Amino acid sequence: MWRFPDNVDTDQIIPAEYLTTSKPEELAKHVFEKVRPEFVKNVQNGDIIVAGKNFGCGSSREHAPRALLGIGISAVIAESFARIFFRNSINIGLPVIECKIDVEEGDMLEIDFANGRIRDIRTAKEFKFKRMAPFLLELINSGGLVPYVKNKLKCR
Amino acid sequence: MPTIAEKILAKKSGKRRVEPGEIIEAEVDYVMVNDVTGLPAFEVFEEFNTKPLKEKIVLIPDHYVPNKDIASAEQAKAMREFARKYKIPNYFEIGTSGICHQIMIERGFVAPGRLIVGADSHSCTYGALGALGTGVGSTEAATVFAIGKLWFKVPETQKFTIEGKLNRYVMGKDIILHIISDIGVSGSLYKVMEFYGSTIEELSLSDRITISNMAVEAGAKAGIIPPDEKVFRYLNGRVKGDYEAIYSDGDANYSEEFEYDAEEIIPVVAEPFLPSNVKPASEVDVKIDQAYLGSCTNGRIEDLRIAAKILKGKKVHRDVRMIVVPASKEVFEEALREGLIEIFLDANAYVSGPTCGACLGGYMGVLARDEVCVSSTNRNFIGRMGHKDSRVYLASPAVVAASAITGRITDPNEL
Repeated sequence: MWRFPDNVDTDQIIPAEYLTTSKPEELAKHVFEKVRPEFVKNVQNGDIIVAGKNFGCGSSREHAPRALLGIGISAVIAESFARIFFRNSINIGLPVIECKIDVEEGDMLEIDFANGRIRDIRTAKEFKFKRMAPFLLELINSGGLVPYVKNKLKCR
Repeated sequence: MPTIAEKILAKKSGKRRVEPGEIIEAEVDYVMVNDVTGLPAFEVFEEFNTKPLKEKIVLIPDHYVPNKDIASAEQAKAMREFARKYKIPNYFEIGTSGICHQIMIERGFVAPGRLIVGADSHSCTYGALGALGTGVGSTEAATVFAIGKLWFKVPETQKFTIEGKLNRYVMGKDIILHIISDIGVSGSLYKVMEFYGSTIEELSLSDRITISNMAVEAGAKAGIIPPDEKVFRYLNGRVKGDYEAIYSDGDANYSEEFEYDAEEIIPVVAEPFLPSNVKPASEVDVKIDQAYLGSCTNGRIEDLRIAAKILKGKKVHRDVRMIVVPASKEVFEEALREGLIEIFLDANAYVSGPTCGACLGGYMGVLARDEVCVSSTNRNFIGRMGHKDSRVYLASPAVVAASAITGRITDPNEL
């Protein structure tokens, strides 16, 4: 689990000079390059990001959540999200949870989406989060906007 | 009673009324993508195996054009090929156009009452003409290409009223920076900003565009200014199709209301590394290496005029490089006719064709380690314009021009 502060912007997540590709595995090489250069080397598949307010502020670049998916991030938990980043994450199937939690970097977390609970394995502390609107949950569960649209087009 | 955003979303979703928090599906008037956000959108669209809704799509390459390297060239090519393959009429090649939001406004896609999404966060700019404009991702843009609709969560609206006469050299940029420094970069998170007051009414359309453009820097979904004669006159003979202006009812349901006195607003800069880190320009004594005038925020003829007025007969400081980037072909041509380009060249500024350029650290003025730029752009995050140890101070065109002359951040009133 990786801790980040407030206002982590999209230029931090994936600097603009790399927006010449949209391949997640290429973008993954440059995640947080300018602010936490050790991140790319040490992140493991399945890791979780925990952040403060306004995570993902700045650009609308979908490359930002794609890069996080590409590098193996399994969920982002933040006190609050910038709205375009939040939409993009749901639309591509990156779970985003709005919740303020008291944890330390390196802790292992267990997320129970169905019941809206997060558990810190080290401290045994539990945190509750508000379930998302049913439509948005449905989008995440069906893998994002693409399957949703394909379905719609089929039903025409 | 409903706000402007609630009314537009209700109309576009075929409902009599919508409530903040409700999730709806709305018909979108136009969807725009640029060269960076276009390629992912085209790739997703091809998965849908359907025909695109041509008349809703606007394709504008602007971030890395003229092509900055091979990868960017391939992205621009992908947009060109998509336009050709599906015979999309609204494709704007370089040499005919400019920065995406400027073109959307100049070519009449933006009009009061319309719902427009752009795969670029500054799509909130369209609010200056009374439209509901908002930024979306590439997958969403592809969705609109295919089905012309998108899901939206109805936002709450905040009311901002600014009254009084502006001081000398104070521009729309100073007004929005003043507001963002007050409420913070997430002060309008998920909300729509509506702007009122005598100060706003007296502002040129260009200054209103600057204000709406930076609504996203306060976290807002959109930044709307009720349209008036200035907007209608601008659109006369220019707008595509018909439109219907939409206004909030007098006693609309705002989540918060903010009031500001225009006389308290002065030329400011936003210091690194957040647009909310605002200080009076006269109190910031910092040496600069680069002065950048351009972008969707401040690259219009009115911005170039004020900068040229300040630079006329003077030279850019010998330790500074100034870069002037008109936001569109139309702006560049007007600047030529008015003799502004000659003034910039005489002053030793470098004048470029329209592009997003250095605003996002792409090219055309990227910063080296420890370099400082005063810029008329919209973001000053870490590494925004280049090296992670470079620093960007956001400012109005007047402050940018004054600073270019002295070599330090300067309030134009002190020149």
